[in-house]
Amino acid sequence: MFNRTAIAPLEYTRKLWMRSWVGLTMLFLYAPLLVLMIFSFNDSKRNVVWKGFTLKYYEKALNNDSLVEAMVNSLTIAFLATIVSLVIGALAAVMLWRFRFPFKGLVEGTMSLPIIVPEICLGVAFLIFFAKIDWPTDLPWPLNLSAITIAHITFCFPFVAMVVRARLASFNKEEEEAAKDLGATEWQAFRDVLLPHIKPGLVAGALLAFTLSLDDFVITFFTSGPDTITFPVKVYSMVRFSVTPEVNAASTILILLTVILTFIALKLQGVKGIAETH
Amino acid sequence: MSGALQDWKGQKKPLAAIATAPVFWLALFFIAPMAIVWLYSFGQNSGPASIEISGTLDNYKRATEWLYLSIFLKSLAVAALTTLICLIIGFPVAMAITFAAPKWRPWLLLGIMLPFWTNLLIRTYALMALMGTNGYMNKGLGGLWEGASWLRTLVGMQPLEAWTPVQLLYNNFAVVLGLVYVHLPFMVLPLYSALDRLDKSLIEASLDLGAGHFKTFMKVVVPLAAPGIVAGVMITLIPALGAYLTPDLMGGTDSQMIANVIERQFKRANDWPFGAALSFLLIYAMFILIALQSMRANKVKEVR
Repeated sequence: MFNRTAIAPLEYTRKLWMRSWVGLTMLFLYAPLLVLMIFSFNDSKRNVVWKGFTLKYYEKALNNDSLVEAMVNSLTIAFLATIVSLVIGALAAVMLWRFRFPFKGLVEGTMSLPIIVPEICLGVAFLIFFAKIDWPTDLPWPLNLSAITIAHITFCFPFVAMVVRARLASFNKEEEEAAKDLGATEWQAFRDVLLPHIKPGLVAGALLAFTLSLDDFVITFFTSGPDTITFPVKVYSMVRFSVTPEVNAASTILILLTVILTFIALKLQGVKGIAETH
Repeated sequence: MSGALQDWKGQKKPLAAIATAPVFWLALFFIAPMAIVWLYSFGQNSGPASIEISGTLDNYKRATEWLYLSIFLKSLAVAALTTLICLIIGFPVAMAITFAAPKWRPWLLLGIMLPFWTNLLIRTYALMALMGTNGYMNKGLGGLWEGASWLRTLVGMQPLEAWTPVQLLYNNFAVVLGLVYVHLPFMVLPLYSALDRLDKSLIEASLDLGAGHFKTFMKVVVPLAAPGIVAGVMITLIPALGAYLTPDLMGGTDSQMIANVIERQFKRANDWPFGAALSFLLIYAMFILIALQSMRANKVKEVR
């Protein structure tokens, strides 16, 4: 901003109106979240006026058993869904990248459908499906989360497949052939040559799947029962009936978790790598 | 991609080992549920908890009644308006990121992406808190109002009456604002990746040859960034059309979108076959949008 050299024709970003535009957009994106986070520490029920610093809403949120249970459910589902999506997604990516087989276009197209089909339609489909096949709902924890987890895997693994496939495109197949010529078995070549190459893609895919699962409200809303409340479903009911400062506190915890995950991804991949996955 | 694809005939075992899990999962937990919904859309309620698939087209006929058709059209209009606003806000932002100093670029990108990674419900809730009658938006408007009132007393006019908070939430304005807030990152990222690939010397050439910045923008930047614009429009329009949460939480009684109507058929109205028909109509609408885009993409390919 205090650079005094003349603005070159292409230095659009140094023009004042451009800077104000970006600044206002960032304000629009971040102001609501920052206000929410700041006022989660506010010692007042009506959260408009600053009345002093307090942690009591964090205490309340952490002592609210149903809220903590919902958070634990969400994290469990996200964890399980990530692992299964990672395996299925990576296999799907390798399948499409490596082989030519009949109806390949059909398989490929169908696999991208869970990404395109609106969430509401997918949610409705799982509601009908699990009702139709009488999926047991009275299983002990964590098996009672299975329906939600299955639904999450279905919309997460195509994203993993997409990210891993992008990474596979840069793999040199001759490396794998060389390994086999030197006596490696199919499995050894996969484990020691292909897997290390796609590792960044797997990490990016896992983080994407974890966030997508943790973020999902609509599909979970249709597959969850009274005993299987997830964090977004819980927050939804709290927001619908009354806005409590506890929600601010719980949301702040989740936002911080997201930021931490993003920075882990950043450390592993660099900002550029993350930009490429989206 | 390096090396040729392997044909499946010589590779049956590895292919089976790799393909079984994904294909099985897709068939059982995606195609089967969707197929059941599709079948239900040709059914009718035959009892309190039983649905008979009778091959009737009544559900689709009912969906074309004006009541539902108008909600469909309104959802399309709201989604289109959201996309347009995102494009107008997002294009300069994507330009600014593209032409920013290299050390700033990744951080600006991260700034756009971080909200995208944050929970949708939390973001909607945070925006709602800001827009409430006691929220900061009302305070800001109140401050402007009082400023205007003070200016009036300066020039000797009657001051304005005291500011009463306005209801910003629970109307169509709130729904569009909420959708823009949620979908803005979807628009900026594809725009950025298209602009980043653009040959900057073309812009310089245009400027050197005497075109102004605006003319260069319209005649050089926009046509070259067209694939990114189309991608951004699609990636914003499709989820906005199927949005459930934003109209549900931020909309009023008259701002429900098609997803809210579908939800009601499965919860309160308990008319699953009709809900199934509506959701398939929404899916068909998506297919039409995607087909239009790929037709356009093919045309561009032919011309080049």
